[in-house]
Amino acid sequence: MSKFLKSTTLITAFALTASPVLAEKFGLGRAALPEEIAAWNLDVSPDGSGLPEGSGDVLTGEEVFAEKCAACHGDFAEGVGNWPKLAGGQGTLADKDPLKTVGSYWPYLSTTWDYVNRSMPFGNAQSLTNDEVYAIVAYILYSNDLVDEDFELSRDTFLDVEMPNAEGFIVDDRIEAEHAIWTGEPCMENCKDSVEITMRALVLDVTPEEEGAEAEVVEPEPVEEAAAATEAPDPELVAAGEKVFKKCKSCHQVGDGAKNRVGPQLNGILGRAAGAVDGFKYSNALMEKADEGLSWNSETLAEFLAKPKKYIKGTKMSFAGLRKDEDIAAIEAYLSTFAE
Amino acid sequence: MSKTFTGKPTSRRAFLRGTAAAAAGAITAGAAKAETPDPLITEVQPWANGFGDGVDATPYGLPIEYESDVIRRNVEWLTADTISSINFTPIHALDGTITPQGCAFERHHSGAIELSKQDYRLMINGMVDTPLIFTYADLERFPRENHVYFCECAANTGMEWAGAQLNGAQFTHGMIHNMEYTGVPLRTLLEEAGYDTAGKWIYVEGADASSNGRSIPMEKALDDVLVAFKANGEALRKEHGYPVRLVVPGWEGNMWIKWLRRIEVMEGPVESREETSKYTDTLADGISRKWTWAMDAKSVVTSPSPQSPITHGKGPLVITGLAWSGRGAIKRVDVSKDGGKTWETARLAKPGEKMALTRFYLDTEWDGEEMLLQSRAMDETGYVQPTKTQLREVRGENSIYHNNCIQTWWVRPNGEAENVEVS
Repeated sequence: MSKFLKSTTLITAFALTASPVLAEKFGLGRAALPEEIAAWNLDVSPDGSGLPEGSGDVLTGEEVFAEKCAACHGDFAEGVGNWPKLAGGQGTLADKDPLKTVGSYWPYLSTTWDYVNRSMPFGNAQSLTNDEVYAIVAYILYSNDLVDEDFELSRDTFLDVEMPNAEGFIVDDRIEAEHAIWTGEPCMENCKDSVEITMRALVLDVTPEEEGAEAEVVEPEPVEEAAAATEAPDPELVAAGEKVFKKCKSCHQVGDGAKNRVGPQLNGILGRAAGAVDGFKYSNALMEKADEGLSWNSETLAEFLAKPKKYIKGTKMSFAGLRKDEDIAAIEAYLSTFAE
Repeated sequence: MSKTFTGKPTSRRAFLRGTAAAAAGAITAGAAKAETPDPLITEVQPWANGFGDGVDATPYGLPIEYESDVIRRNVEWLTADTISSINFTPIHALDGTITPQGCAFERHHSGAIELSKQDYRLMINGMVDTPLIFTYADLERFPRENHVYFCECAANTGMEWAGAQLNGAQFTHGMIHNMEYTGVPLRTLLEEAGYDTAGKWIYVEGADASSNGRSIPMEKALDDVLVAFKANGEALRKEHGYPVRLVVPGWEGNMWIKWLRRIEVMEGPVESREETSKYTDTLADGISRKWTWAMDAKSVVTSPSPQSPITHGKGPLVITGLAWSGRGAIKRVDVSKDGGKTWETARLAKPGEKMALTRFYLDTEWDGEEMLLQSRAMDETGYVQPTKTQLREVRGENSIYHNNCIQTWWVRPNGEAENVEVS
């Protein structure tokens, strides 16, 4: 009761301020057990504190990476489609389109270790052993030419690795660099001599449509496509292909209203001459093949998709390739359902 | 959940609707005269004749079907996957300042998880007298506060650095929401654990698979950071961190850790992925700014705008928009109709509040001519929202984050608007 009265008095005393002012402890919660702290306290700092026991070398890392990381990040950490590129890009940070990777941008190695350990693989986080994390990180370093192929990463070698962009950061200086000049009474009249439109969003044509627009334009189906459609592919294979196509989707569109993105749109790809989509800028390598008469059919597409860079040396397509023949067959079935 | 749209760029339907209405409106100036009686008035309508829904029809209500286009939207090509992605608040269709939770933008790195209050645990460890574990019920026993704050993703407007790109306020400025939070000051919890004053930083992380974590200076942690469990009076939505999220007033949204599970008092920053490889701002010379936490003053006209064209022809027009600053309260907003040659000061719906959205209105007469609409915010520090040219002069085009430039909408005589850049 006396406690109740005391707190009432306190509340009265501080009623004029919005926030409660109470310095004493409430005695809420319970002490965390060492095992609990150990289970969650996993972060690693730039000086390496927080790193567990363990080690992993580049060659082991290459295998683990191929199995657990390459589907999104590519066999050589070069990235698949829109998924992050982990290697390359050194010296590009001042370019128009800098390539930011572990090698070109990340200032601390601890960040890579910590992130792989706690958040990767995407969809199966915290499933890697400490040795696997060391090995993966060693391989990422190797992919960036930062270590030799006999390198082994452990707590002992961790601080030996020099990150190329370690000195590439400054602490926020907006107050000095910007606020000082963008302060004060602004202009209200005759602020400019003339105003010209210098760029329009509609020219770029990248805004999502809201609704219903696709129903407005109905073009008649050409007769020969109707004929082609009679050889209906196996629906199960098509469904499997749709799943495999997720690997392609970040660069290629297919279906109604498909547009060129990172890669050309793929409507009617089977039977089409290579390099024939209007408005897409193909690599020189692909255009050479096109000039030689390459067209996309079951065989050529399969060969290209298995090892794109081998089939067309110099292709812009950064995809590492589909390893399984059944995936290639599924993709082909799926793409065959989309006419020009 | 949001909706993805693919296909053609302009909302042709909205455009046509706007043109027709504009033509109809142009016939009369002043109060219009009807030629025939309106059947909506002269005839008994079904809703005036029969019943509506009973009180048990909708235990928890959603917006009426006529508002079904006021939804979050994403931009499919922005990210590789919708699991680690972002969508946008339909700010072009909202008014006032409070964002309803159901259409407030979402950004997650490993999907919106379902974590129950019963399974919720919050750990405070590191440089403290007693590392502690709190349950959800424990948190509700600490003294609570209520505050309205905006949460803006540092990448809001980030697609516009190199040029006018996305055609709609939702897409250019919709990575923002503004809610009234209920929660416990972080300071209270740090005091409960007995933080070591030598600990200059805290590291906060979430319970989802991305383990998204950020380092925050102790000074800010003790100042106004809130451990929040309610928003706009009700529990947080799962996509906003149910049951508990961090609220870091005025600072970039990435620091507002959702599904907050751990607070570690530390000597130095962790330099996690989200504060090194991401959320750092690369300048033209390749050097990058880090620890760019505060969101500078910014504003945007939400209507008219590309998704909210003028549909009534010339005459009275309400120009409205939002302004905010992570460094204090909005003091003034100016609006220009001619691309920045001349400016008029807009009316603030209420005096600006610190680190919260401010609604502004310019009640005006539209002459039916084209306009280049802009808004310019000023905050209590005296800072004036810069033009895109000014920003680029200092930062180049590769910063991605913290683009708080003045936005231009080109409104044409038919009422349609487009995202443009002007000289």
